[in-house]
Amino acid sequence: MSSQGGFGQSKEFLDLVKSIGEARSKAEEDRIVLREVETLKRRIAEPEIPKRKLKEYILRLVYVEMLGHDASFGYIHAVKMTHDESLLLKRTGYLAVTLFLNEDHDLIILIVNTIQKDLKSDNYLVVCAALNAVCKLINEETIPAVLPQVVELLGHPKEAVRKKAVMALHRFYQRSSSSVTHLISNFRKKLCDNDPGVMGATLCPLFDLITIDVNSYKDLVVSFVNILKQVAERRLPKSYDYHQMPAPFIQIKLLKILSVLGNGDKQASEQMYTVLGDSMRKCDSTSNIGNAVLYECICCVSSLHPNPKLIESAADAISKFLKSDSHNLKYMGIDALGRLIKISPEIAEKHQLAVIDCLEDPDDTLKRKTFELLYKMTKSSNVEVIVDRMIDYMISINDNHYKTEIASRCVELGEQFAPSNQWFIQTMNKVFEHAGDLVNIKVAHNLMRLIAEGFGEDDDTADSQLRSSAVESYLRIIGEPKLPSAFLQVICWVLGEYGTADGRYSPSYITGKLCDVAEAHSSDDMVKAYAVTALMKIYSFEIAAGRKVEMLPECQSLIEEVSASHSTDLQQRAYELQAVIGLNAHAVGNIMPLDASCEDIEIDKSLSFLDNYVQQALEKGAQPYIPESERSGVLNISNFRSQDQHEASIHALRFEAYELPKPSLPSRTTPVTLASSTELVPVPEPSYPREVHQAASVPSLTDTGSSDLKLRLDGVQKKWGRSTYSSAPSTSNSDSHRTGNGATPDVVASVNSKAREVSYASRRSQVEISPEKQKLAASLFGGTTKPEKKQSSSGHKVSKTNSHATDKSHGAKGAISSETHAVSTTTLQPPPDLLDLGEPIITSNAPSVDPFKQLEGLLDLTQDTSVVNSGAAGATKAPDIMSLYAEMPTSGQSDSVANPLSSDIYDATLISGLSNATNRTSHGGNTIMQPTQLSKGPNPKGSLEKDALVRQLGVNPSSQNPNLFKDLLG
Amino acid sequence: MIRAVIVMNDQGKPRLVKFYDYQPVEKQQELIRTIYGVLCSRAENLSNFIQADSIFGPDARLVYKTYATLYFVFIFDSSENELAMLDLVQVFVEILDKCFSNVCELDIVFNFNKVHTILDEIILGGQVLETSSSEVVKAVEEISKLDRASNGSMLVPKSISGWTSR
Repeated sequence: MSSQGGFGQSKEFLDLVKSIGEARSKAEEDRIVLREVETLKRRIAEPEIPKRKLKEYILRLVYVEMLGHDASFGYIHAVKMTHDESLLLKRTGYLAVTLFLNEDHDLIILIVNTIQKDLKSDNYLVVCAALNAVCKLINEETIPAVLPQVVELLGHPKEAVRKKAVMALHRFYQRSSSSVTHLISNFRKKLCDNDPGVMGATLCPLFDLITIDVNSYKDLVVSFVNILKQVAERRLPKSYDYHQMPAPFIQIKLLKILSVLGNGDKQASEQMYTVLGDSMRKCDSTSNIGNAVLYECICCVSSLHPNPKLIESAADAISKFLKSDSHNLKYMGIDALGRLIKISPEIAEKHQLAVIDCLEDPDDTLKRKTFELLYKMTKSSNVEVIVDRMIDYMISINDNHYKTEIASRCVELGEQFAPSNQWFIQTMNKVFEHAGDLVNIKVAHNLMRLIAEGFGEDDDTADSQLRSSAVESYLRIIGEPKLPSAFLQVICWVLGEYGTADGRYSPSYITGKLCDVAEAHSSDDMVKAYAVTALMKIYSFEIAAGRKVEMLPECQSLIEEVSASHSTDLQQRAYELQAVIGLNAHAVGNIMPLDASCEDIEIDKSLSFLDNYVQQALEKGAQPYIPESERSGVLNISNFRSQDQHEASIHALRFEAYELPKPSLPSRTTPVTLASSTELVPVPEPSYPREVHQAASVPSLTDTGSSDLKLRLDGVQKKWGRSTYSSAPSTSNSDSHRTGNGATPDVVASVNSKAREVSYASRRSQVEISPEKQKLAASLFGGTTKPEKKQSSSGHKVSKTNSHATDKSHGAKGAISSETHAVSTTTLQPPPDLLDLGEPIITSNAPSVDPFKQLEGLLDLTQDTSVVNSGAAGATKAPDIMSLYAEMPTSGQSDSVANPLSSDIYDATLISGLSNATNRTSHGGNTIMQPTQLSKGPNPKGSLEKDALVRQLGVNPSSQNPNLFKDLLG
Repeated sequence: MIRAVIVMNDQGKPRLVKFYDYQPVEKQQELIRTIYGVLCSRAENLSNFIQADSIFGPDARLVYKTYATLYFVFIFDSSENELAMLDLVQVFVEILDKCFSNVCELDIVFNFNKVHTILDEIILGGQVLETSSSEVVKAVEEISKLDRASNGSMLVPKSISGWTSR
């Protein structure tokens, strides 16, 4: 007894907890825990430890592992403990193994036998303990070992056992549905169990089953409706009431099931309307749980076959949620709105201002939810506003995960609804600028494709305008620091392709810019590669047009630098460029035709155009080509006449067609084709080009092709695009085959034509009618309609109008007057001052106009000093303690030492702690005073005793770290 | 389905950790740290919900509630109702309060095995098993009664009289 403290644990354990609590750094904590691990390792292996001690060691192991340290040395002892006769030890053993082991752990096999035995025990508590373990530890392979017993237990006289058996069976179903398919009917049976707890538990597996296969359970609609009706009529035992609601958790589960069953099924839905309406009416919207049920009702309504009356009351409930001051309810309201607009899109308009408020709310969760809603309601009429907003938000956040999500949503919406290509390009520019490294590289290729293809209609002027504006915007952006690589690639490609197309910019200007880019990003080979190829294109266009090319000195040095690069890809591009510049206008024009990136590339798979050449070579005495399959392993080097490039290419190259690459895979340029076709497709990672280019470039540029029969070409085939492999052999007789400098042939029309029809200008003028927020609302919700009316319906919100709204244009004549009019309307309706936090409202039952406003009052805890630790500390003490808490984070330590008695405060009750001035319980405004608290309140005597005990134990909280014992109670 | 229940104090020290899908110890610690970081960054008077898809994978939500120095955190997926989860946290804490009469952080630290027992009566295998607090309290009491009988020693801390009379 002497070693045992009042908390049922030994002094050692108390000391451990205490010293960990006082640890000032993670390192110190780790040291302490490691010491504890060593102690436990030693002790637990000792022979003949008393069982009670062993139990404590196991619990200490659990504790150690909770703190993140390896306790695996003790797993086996936990397993052994499950074999123990004593329920206490057995339970401890089971607890430890469920926390330590996963279902595939090797030790599980040692437990299965015990579980089997325990499931048959006469003591139902033993059975329960075993069922708990079953839920966690049994995997697919061991299910058969316990399945018969579990099924048997479904009929156990004790409801606690039946309940857990249902759960265990459900778990089996989740693990391996095939092994229990024949037992599914048991769930239906258990639905009719006498005990409401068992029935409630059965709803979980049934919900899963129904979600997977609705049609087999349509017959249960009536049963569920009846159950819900009975629950709502308070037929369940009183003990299931929670905050005056009859069994709300069960109601919620039932509503979830009904919404699945009634989805898209008119007949089933009709059976549910009445009970659903009743439930909705009965919801107590002053309590959190009441609103939870109400929210579930809305979800159900929006999932059923539409019923106007129910939709109406759902809409009312939503507007109550949205108008609430609780962020939780606003969140639910936004979520519910997102569901309801699917069947009733027009209700969004009614709530537009509330939605915009949520968009500007400081709560990130709410904001994200609202963006989700906006994403759902995007149409071609509001896409601009929504995407603008999304981009603004994307820029403002740091969370890469969410940034990526928003960026891809912007892209998706842009591609789907873009009103004009110009807008699309600008939007994409923004997305790339701020999240370019996060978006899928495909997006970059889509953008390039869009610019290359233009409107897809035969409107060349529009196309060239689009390109000019793209070029112009890129030239503006290009100088900015820290542009993402993907975006720079797009920029380089567009500048190379269209930089000089409209004649506004001189080649030397563009090439200068490109050189700057390459220099500024000298560590990014990909960007450099794009830049070099872009340079090549510009020079070739010049040569093809018959103009003389003068290379800027910086270009020259860039090319020199790059041709000595470690990256063979870069090297190759540099050599290509040098080679192209040396050719005549005709040849260049064939290699690099102007604006041909979208041309299909014809591929002559049989390489028939080489037949003549081969024939000639054979006549001259060359050996015929032997396919690889027929070749012996030995290389015939004598075949290879390295002096003649042409000859070399015959002998060195493999002439059978390379495997057709997948269109989306990158194609590679070869030195000879000089095609710049690579940019539209993902460029391979740096590890590949080395291989690729040895294979491709060695035979033609250097004369040492002898080795390339040995090259591993499997990687190459994957990487080579069509243009490459078809034109590779065409090498030196270069004009035989024309390769477009374009891209993948699998071009997809990228912009929705419907979106394009929408006139950009006309929408704009609508937007200007009212003040900014109104404007935003209108543009979001598509309303040209009646701005004033909307204004008055929710006028107090408008008064908060803020400048976040996108203010696109001014100056439409009508706009000014209507704007002033709207503003005056607003001022007539000042915001109702319900949110007065200065009023201490303590009970939640007091009648009030808006329960949530009132709850908000609950949070004003500074006014409310009544309940807290009144018994423990003297009245005079209380203010001290308060201030102590206020200072706790910074200077709490010295203070607390000065006030040894302050430990009293640590024993105030958890729930009364809600009203403590400095604690942090005020989240969300749903901290309703609990019945328990009202009846019980703080227990000063118990607290004092506990405190006394704590101090006797030598863990006086006033020592190093008061926070440890600040504890639940504030 | 509920993925995890975590109780930690405002220093980020875990007090109760229960994952319903197995997570290796290191992963658990990482998750706890991440969650703690997120919770710390939340101002007061915001909603109690966090979309946790970046922490727990797609569809994960998180509900937290602060009681004195403790964060109670439930992580679950879209098949649960956020507001209801918030109330389930409340149910859990009310039950703790009943079982420990005036529960404080110390109770949870020193009796986490009992807290696990309580939690197991409420949530089993990630599903809500029982929501009636009196039912849970009844079940837990029966277990502790038997425990005490079988062991003859004290499990519950409230046996302070035994201590003081010693």
